[in-house]
Amino acid sequence: MQENQHFKNHHDEARIFTHRVMVTSGLIVILALILLVRYYSLQIIDYKNYATQSDNNRILVQTVSPQRGLIFDVNGALLADNRPSYILSLVPENIPNLDETIAVLRGLITITDKHIEEFHKSIGGNRRPYQSIPLRYRLTEEEIARIAVNEYRLPGIEVEAQLVRDYPEGEWFAHSVGYVGKINDSEWNQFDEEQTLRYQGVHTIGKIGLEKYYEDVLFGEVGYRHVEINARMRVLRTLEQQNPVPGKNLHLYIDSRLQKTAYAAMAGRRGAIVAIDVQTGGILAIVSSPSYDPNLFVTGISYDDYKALRDSLDIPLFDRAIQGRYPPASTIKPMFGLVGLSEKVISKSYKIFDPGYYQLENDERLYRDWKRDGHGIVNIHKAIVQSSDTFFYDLAFRMGIDRIFRFGSEFGFGQYTGVDLPSERRGLWPSREWKQAVRRLPWFPGDTLNVGIGQGDALATPLQLAVMVSTIANRGKHLKPQMVKAIDDQLVVPEVLNYIEVDDQYWDFIFNAMHDVVHSANGTARRIGYGATYKIAGKTGTAQVVGIKQDERYDSDALRERHRDHGLFVGFAPLDDPQIAIAVIVENGESGSGSAAPVARQLFDAHLLGKYLQPAVAVSEVKP
Amino acid sequence: MSIRQQDFIRRMPEASYDLRRRRSIWKVIHLDPLLLLLLLLLTSFGLVVLYSASEGSFSMMKRQIVFFLVAYTGMFAVAQIRLDYFARWSLLFYLGTLILLVLVLVWGVGAKGAQRWLSLGAFRFQPAEMMKLAMPIAIAAYLSTKTLPPRFKHVCWSLVLIALPTVLIIRQPDLGTSILVATSGLIVLFYAGLRWRYIFSALSLLLLSIWPMWHYVLHDYQRRRVLTLFNPEADKLGAGWNIIQSKTAIGSGGFDGKGWLQGTQSHLDFLPESHTDFIIAVLGEEFGFLGVSLLLILYLLIIARGLYIALNAQDSFRRLLAGSITLTFFVYIFVNIGMVSGLLPVVGVPLPLVSLGGTSLVTLMFGFGLLMGISTEPQRISINR
Repeated sequence: MQENQHFKNHHDEARIFTHRVMVTSGLIVILALILLVRYYSLQIIDYKNYATQSDNNRILVQTVSPQRGLIFDVNGALLADNRPSYILSLVPENIPNLDETIAVLRGLITITDKHIEEFHKSIGGNRRPYQSIPLRYRLTEEEIARIAVNEYRLPGIEVEAQLVRDYPEGEWFAHSVGYVGKINDSEWNQFDEEQTLRYQGVHTIGKIGLEKYYEDVLFGEVGYRHVEINARMRVLRTLEQQNPVPGKNLHLYIDSRLQKTAYAAMAGRRGAIVAIDVQTGGILAIVSSPSYDPNLFVTGISYDDYKALRDSLDIPLFDRAIQGRYPPASTIKPMFGLVGLSEKVISKSYKIFDPGYYQLENDERLYRDWKRDGHGIVNIHKAIVQSSDTFFYDLAFRMGIDRIFRFGSEFGFGQYTGVDLPSERRGLWPSREWKQAVRRLPWFPGDTLNVGIGQGDALATPLQLAVMVSTIANRGKHLKPQMVKAIDDQLVVPEVLNYIEVDDQYWDFIFNAMHDVVHSANGTARRIGYGATYKIAGKTGTAQVVGIKQDERYDSDALRERHRDHGLFVGFAPLDDPQIAIAVIVENGESGSGSAAPVARQLFDAHLLGKYLQPAVAVSEVKP
Repeated sequence: MSIRQQDFIRRMPEASYDLRRRRSIWKVIHLDPLLLLLLLLLTSFGLVVLYSASEGSFSMMKRQIVFFLVAYTGMFAVAQIRLDYFARWSLLFYLGTLILLVLVLVWGVGAKGAQRWLSLGAFRFQPAEMMKLAMPIAIAAYLSTKTLPPRFKHVCWSLVLIALPTVLIIRQPDLGTSILVATSGLIVLFYAGLRWRYIFSALSLLLLSIWPMWHYVLHDYQRRRVLTLFNPEADKLGAGWNIIQSKTAIGSGGFDGKGWLQGTQSHLDFLPESHTDFIIAVLGEEFGFLGVSLLLILYLLIIARGLYIALNAQDSFRRLLAGSITLTFFVYIFVNIGMVSGLLPVVGVPLPLVSLGGTSLVTLMFGFGLLMGISTEPQRISINR
């Protein structure tokens, strides 16, 4: 130790130390500057980013869902209602052992594997921590009580009330009123930013029918609540609130008594009925049979139920009234007669001889009448009353397809009717251009003949037929068919699409012919004229079923049944002051007079005389 | 150790008027007034921030104030002890602390898979914290008896003294503290004049050892912290959460902050560890860039004062000790402020004198007690031979 002392140079040591302190001072200044620059970049340069991020952290924009508008029939009967329903949801972050909690819950209430699968799918999805995830909908009072009693051993569970759509009239309005259902992934993906925000708190959207068509009206305007939350998603206070505007109520032209009468008259048969108020174009009843219970869809239909509906041979999910395309058959004969007279192609007294078939020059083919031996001497009046095909082959040939196309279009054939329902189909009203474009074939005179009796390429929806007969009843005033009469107390003004200019004498003539269809000894629909206290004008039709495309997996009995002709009827009443126009189609009903016309009579009686019927059986019963 | 340098120090006759001048009160009570003022300013500012970070929790504030009282008293007491005693008993102090570190591994208590505390009834303490003082005292005392710059042999012995506690603390495991303890010893070596060629070779060795360290020494959670630093977004809700939230807190403070008690990140619990390691994020959020700068300036003034005291110390022991204490203090600051802002990996280093916590506070204030002692010792004039 001592020797060290001899060599210890205090001055040098101090000098070295001073030097080293200088070095470290420099280092300290540099490092301090680095820190300062770091904080400058965070707090000054990137301030906006971080300020936004901080606000995003703490401010949650909650949507306050408006109450969905209600739907009433013309008499104020409720067709779509909102009811409170209780939902069980879990906050996974607050649950120490998720599997155990679910196991406990399964012991208390019904939870299927499907529920759990859905739940786990939601956890995996894009969500904030501490956001609750629904597990079960539609808790019963008893289930709520069971959960409440056991709440102490179920941390992180919530039971909340939510308004859920309810359809008190159920299946009678499944197609027309439609239903709301859970928003699916593809719908979410198609939403823009505003819609995404709007549906955050609702989970359901109008899927079909009026619920879909009037989605925006019924929804109202979503309200917003800016709340401050902490890291555990607990809401601390409301910063700003904008109240929602409730959705508007829809008041329909539909008379639910008439609607139910229609289902009663159909008695479970396949087919469609559309009844229109002649003065306004308002739809009084619109029926597609068979139907189903729309309430099944509101909180998510079970797969088995859905499969049964989807695979049923009767295709209950299909809305025949606006999507079913049928050959109009003889129901368009009054229209053709009118056009022929008005266009002076024929006169009221123009006669032909009907041997039971019609033949074109230079064509060996026989265009047959439905009556094998023919109707003998036929004029236009007789041709309508007895439904002579031969006369109308001749008339069609004389008019030519171009004129047929133009006038048919004016009555709405081949066009969207513009009804306030989604997914309407427009049928098919053929023309030369259409055939060239689609079939790549020229128009043959034979094609014209088939269209002349409402067969061939011509296809129309029951709604189009109803509009056509309503336009006749209105003497050419072609009104747009309309479901909704008023939105809240704002009346929807009936819209005239076009006027068909025809001399009054011809209207009178056709009215008379249609009257005789029902009320004369030889009329095809004479059976429904018996005992009527008012005058009915109508026309029957029997459409050949060419082939059934929808499904080919049925047994021979069913096949035979489904190869029978469709029965059609169009008509209006009372004759002098038309109020209601009706189109009826009974699939495989064999004849219009036998199947469809009696249905129409029951509706006329109901609407004009108040003889309403109650459907006896639920037509929604699904045949496997 | 029988003959020490002060034995050769005599008062010069010419300096007698110095003795006649009245000694200031500060010299009598062994306190450096400037350093004390700066420390008081800093700790008060720290309390203001802590009040906000603790959501105005009375019990937490009470605890911290008690810690401050203990720490300031400790500092005052340490300042009264003659520095020679520290030099004389340094080895014993060092060995005693080393034994405690061994005991921690055997009987220690702790949480989260780490054993860091020794429990003596109601009193719990971390021997690793004591080592933060024992280490620089021991190395400074050892090296100051040798010729400086230190020779290779003495450097090696110093490294052994540094390595022993470092390894013990790593085993707890507590990487952050072990690095700081080792750093405090290495700083003494550096100030003693460790030759640059040693320094550069050591640094190159360190660089070369990064790969094996990464794969064989670091724990999973430590690796994750480093990876998280480079990409916090990769694990938003897990390891990255802390960094994302602290950066958000700091950045959203802007130039002048959201205002005291107005920080949303901290008050709504988005910011983790807001009253301990991440407290500067609270300050950054509520007082903005201004507040952070003010804090940094206070720290730098304290460091400047510490280095000034070191430069004016009488002998190598005091110089090395003062220099090491001051520079280690800066390392704490840099590591903490750097890690909270996402510049460095997250290691458990509190913000000195501001974060809630007793042990580190007391250790730091003991260190400042030593600085004050060095600063206020009666001036002796050494005779250069």
